[in-house]
Amino acid sequence: MPSITHAWGLQDWLGTAFARLGVTRNNYAVSPGLYAMGNPDANSPVIVTANYKLTFDAVRGDLAGQNLWMVVLDTRGINVWCAAGKNLFSTAEVIKQLQRVRLDRVVKHRRIILPQLGAPGVSAKEVRRATGFSVVYGPVLSADLPAFLESGMQATTEMRTVRFPLKERAVLIPVEIMLLWKTLLLAFAVMFVLSGIGPDIFSFSAAVGRLAPFAWATLFGVLAGQVAVPVLLPVLPFRAFAANGALTGGVAVLLMLACAWPLATWLELVVLAAWTPCLGSFLAMNFSGSTPYTSPTGVEWEMRRAVPLQILTVAVCLCLWVAAAFIG
Amino acid sequence: MKDFRYIDGVASIALEAKTCVGCGVCVQVCPHQVFTVQKGKAVFADRNACIECGACARNCPVDAILVTPGVGCASLMIKRWLHEKGIPVRLGGGTGCC
Repeated sequence: MPSITHAWGLQDWLGTAFARLGVTRNNYAVSPGLYAMGNPDANSPVIVTANYKLTFDAVRGDLAGQNLWMVVLDTRGINVWCAAGKNLFSTAEVIKQLQRVRLDRVVKHRRIILPQLGAPGVSAKEVRRATGFSVVYGPVLSADLPAFLESGMQATTEMRTVRFPLKERAVLIPVEIMLLWKTLLLAFAVMFVLSGIGPDIFSFSAAVGRLAPFAWATLFGVLAGQVAVPVLLPVLPFRAFAANGALTGGVAVLLMLACAWPLATWLELVVLAAWTPCLGSFLAMNFSGSTPYTSPTGVEWEMRRAVPLQILTVAVCLCLWVAAAFIG
Repeated sequence: MKDFRYIDGVASIALEAKTCVGCGVCVQVCPHQVFTVQKGKAVFADRNACIECGACARNCPVDAILVTPGVGCASLMIKRWLHEKGIPVRLGGGTGCC
C-alpha cells in the first residue's frame, strides 16, 4: 500500500499548472485505492476522496502532520462535487473501494469521513448497510479537515457552507478561455467566408481585412464574459448570468469601438457593437456551470429567456455584416 | 449563500413535514443552509438558495425530501437541448462545466 506525504514536488506544481490551463484537465488522475498518510494505525481516521490529482494533492497538502488513511475512489479523474453529480463519486463506488482495500481489516473502528460535497452521490445509510461503516460528512474544504478532526469530527456551519471567493473564481479563467479556442477558430473561419462576399462575388483582401475589427469585438466579448463577469460577480447587479454578461459586454463596447474605429465602416461598427455584448452574455451564461450556487431549474429559466435573444442577435448581425460589404 | 444569490422561486425542492423525523442529516449535507430543524422537524430556512444538488434527498433516511437533482450548467443544458432535437452531441464530453 502506498505511503504519501503532504509535500508537493516540482511535478505536482507543474501538473497543477497544466491542469488549470486545460492542457491535462481531463486526464489528471491518481490510482484509486488505499493510501497511508504519515504513520496511521488501526485507530486512525479514514478520509475518502476523489482521484482527480488536483483534489488528491489539495487534500494531502492540507493534512500535513496527520496520521490517517485515505481511500481514493475511482471518479475518472473528476473532482468530488462534479463526480457526485455524475454518480461517479457514488454509493456503489464507496462500497466497491471499501471492499477492495479490505478496510474492515485495516482499521478497528467503523467510521469513514466523506467530503460534504460528495453527499449528492452517496447514500450514507446504503454504505452502512453494505459495509458496516458509518459515513460522517466532513467539511466542504479539505483545508478545514485538521480543525474538524481536532474537534472530534464536528463541522461548524462555516465549514459546511460553500463559498466562492475571488481566488476560486479567478483560477477558473484560464481553463475557460482555453476551452473556447476551437469554437473561436470555427467562428473566424465562418467570418472569413462571409467577410469576403461582396460586389466582386468574393474578395480575399476583404475577407482578411474585415477580420481585424471582428477580432477586436470578439476579444472584448471574451474579456467581458469570461474575465469581467467572474471577477466582478459579487458586485454585478443582475441574478441572471446572461444579463450580467450583456452588461459588461455593453461597457466593453466603448473600448472595442476605440480599437476598431479606424478599421470598419459605420454599419460594421453597429454590428460589432451588438456582437460584443451578445458574446459576453453567452459566455457569462456558460460560466453558471463553474459556480457553486446555480440550480439547473434556474439555469433553464434564464436560458429560455436569453438564448432566443442571443440567436436573434447573431442572425441579424450576420445578415448586416454581409450587407455592409454592399452598402460600404 | 449570502454573497451570491441566483434566480428566486424556481427550485424544484419539496419537503414532507409528515414524514420527516427531524434527524438533521439534510442540515448537515446541504452546502447552502437551505434547511434548519425546528421542534423536531426540518423546515426551509432559505429555500431560494437551493441548487438542487440532491444531497439531502439521497441522504434522508425516510425519503421526506423530493427534488430533481442536477447541475446548474448552461453548456450541459445546451447539449441536452441539442440532443432532444436529434442533433448528435457528446453528452458528458470534455468541454463545458464538469
